[in-house]
Amino acid sequence: MTDYSDPDFRAARLKKRYQAEKRFRAYGMAAIITAGLILVFLLSSIIYSSLPAFSHHHVRLDINISEDYVATDTPEEGNYLGLVRAALRDHFPQVTGRRDKRALYKILSIGASDAVEARVKNDPRLIGTQISLYVPLSDDIDLMLKGLIDRNLPESDRIVSDRDLAFVDKLAEENRIERKFAFALFTNGDSREPEMAGINGALAGSLWTLLVTLIVSFPLGVLAAIYLEEVAPKNRYTALIEVNINNLAAVPSIVYGLLGLAVFINFFHLPRSAPLVGGLVLALMTLPRIIIPTRAAFAAIPPSIREAALGVGASRTQVIMHHVLPLAMPGILTGTIIGLAQAAGETAPLLMIGMMAFIVDVPTEVTAKATVLPAQIYMWANNPERAFVARTSAGIVVLLTLLLVVNAAAIYFRRRFEKRW
Amino acid sequence: MKMNESQKVKIKARNVTVHYGEARALHGIDLDLNANEVTALIGPSGCGKSTFLRCINRMNDVIDGCRVGGSVSIDEQNIYSDAVDVVELRARVGMVFQKPNPFPKSIYDNVAYGPRIHGMAPSRSELDHMVEVSLKRAGLWDEVKDRLSASGTSLSGGQQQRLCIARAIAVSPDIVLMDEPCSALDPIATAVIEELMEELRRDYTIVIVTHSMQQAARISQRTAYFHLGDLVEHGQTQAIFTNPENKQTEAYISGKIG
Repeated sequence: MTDYSDPDFRAARLKKRYQAEKRFRAYGMAAIITAGLILVFLLSSIIYSSLPAFSHHHVRLDINISEDYVATDTPEEGNYLGLVRAALRDHFPQVTGRRDKRALYKILSIGASDAVEARVKNDPRLIGTQISLYVPLSDDIDLMLKGLIDRNLPESDRIVSDRDLAFVDKLAEENRIERKFAFALFTNGDSREPEMAGINGALAGSLWTLLVTLIVSFPLGVLAAIYLEEVAPKNRYTALIEVNINNLAAVPSIVYGLLGLAVFINFFHLPRSAPLVGGLVLALMTLPRIIIPTRAAFAAIPPSIREAALGVGASRTQVIMHHVLPLAMPGILTGTIIGLAQAAGETAPLLMIGMMAFIVDVPTEVTAKATVLPAQIYMWANNPERAFVARTSAGIVVLLTLLLVVNAAAIYFRRRFEKRW
Repeated sequence: MKMNESQKVKIKARNVTVHYGEARALHGIDLDLNANEVTALIGPSGCGKSTFLRCINRMNDVIDGCRVGGSVSIDEQNIYSDAVDVVELRARVGMVFQKPNPFPKSIYDNVAYGPRIHGMAPSRSELDHMVEVSLKRAGLWDEVKDRLSASGTSLSGGQQQRLCIARAIAVSPDIVLMDEPCSALDPIATAVIEELMEELRRDYTIVIVTHSMQQAARISQRTAYFHLGDLVEHGQTQAIFTNPENKQTEAYISGKIG
């Protein structure tokens, strides 16, 4: 028999209870710290590997904008590549053979002429004068200068040949090489050349797609939720609809892609690879993810508020519009934004409708051909050029930043609309 | 008690039955409620007194699976006939609930809500006047006149309940239904509201559900005792409390049951 009144026994019990509580706390802390460390590790490794993509080595060339290459009256037809190459050649008078010249040209990026072209088109009076301009080097030279390609390896084991090294070293000696911020990453569309490939096309594609998704799924989702929660009688049919909506939220997203392909593209003949179709597909996917939290937000409004409004003679619509909807708004917005954030990170349904595509132009409308951020990241990850490794991580950083902005907006709106009672 | 004009019948309930799904909550209630009187509905929990109260402004309509039978007439008109619009009815029959439930809006907006949705105040100054009169009648004006834009939920429990009363009377109803209005309040706030009811009785017909025998005895002119969905006894409050005809009523009032 245990004597419960025995002080020793009670002290022992108390000690045990305190220890159990301490242990419980420690487990929780350990879980949080582990999760935090994993997150920190993940983020820091992504950010660290993305850093090289944010800068690029440029070479300063003294370019004679001679009329041999660019005619004064038609600057848009000028041979700017020839112009840049000629300027480079001037620094290396000893290079004469055709092969050597071609090797020399290769240390420059294909995009090197773009900077000159933009400059001259902007100010045609420059034709016939000499300007000093930074133009991007090729991706391999850039990697070597960043130390990502070891120049001490035997020549046969590295991409950059000894001859290229000699060219670059000479330019470096003349203090012509400088590491600059890689604006191309944020202003350009996709490219086969890593140093010219930018995230802007995919970012614009994502934003257009999300815009379509929001415009379609928010009103549909909220109205459906209002009807189901506030107006519809609770019977077998509404129960069936409810079960189906809950199931739809769990349908693998690629199924929506197949549906989009069959319905929007093959039946309605909407354009392939377009944000319009992508947005519609993602809207279908997002609908249940808006309806469910919206209904939950409605259900969470205390019935006393409804009764109060009904009690002073508000109609059903007035109760919803004046009281329930405003009070449910924080929950609705949170659900919507989380649904949109999920849609922003979705790739599988967009595979089926051709949004996983190499598209150079930045889309400017919903029917233009476009790709989206996660698809862009995946495509870069598949490219063989080493410089795409950093670009892939940079793409992830941009996607995460977008999601962070979206979530910050969610928190802001929730705070803004929140009312206490 | 002398018969006078004020004892005109305002609400006439005949054979009122209420079903929640299969369960019957009220078994044919016949009850007359007089104008300008406070009628207290008493009885143990689950006896159907709140259900009956909610029949008078058709608040039971919004409950799924609830059916109301029989007739309830206000001023000789059956409120369950098709000719009656439930929204207009609820503007004529105000209601105050057990738990104070101000809208999470400003004090002003709480009171102004009813007049606004019924289009009763064409101008801002008239609306201001209505809000002031309603708050004065509810005895809240002096406490809140300087902070009408403060949230209604920032008031104390007793003030919130008086705000709810002001909100209910702002639409000038004939009848005010009160469903245990003081059960969430302390004795001081309760006393304030009881005084208020005595005051309001001059202009309104008041029906109150209460669990407090003392409250029923203090404030009501008539009392109806419900038990398990039946109206057991009703009459002058004094008579019910001093000389109940029914054994059950006596047992309940004297605290032997319930």
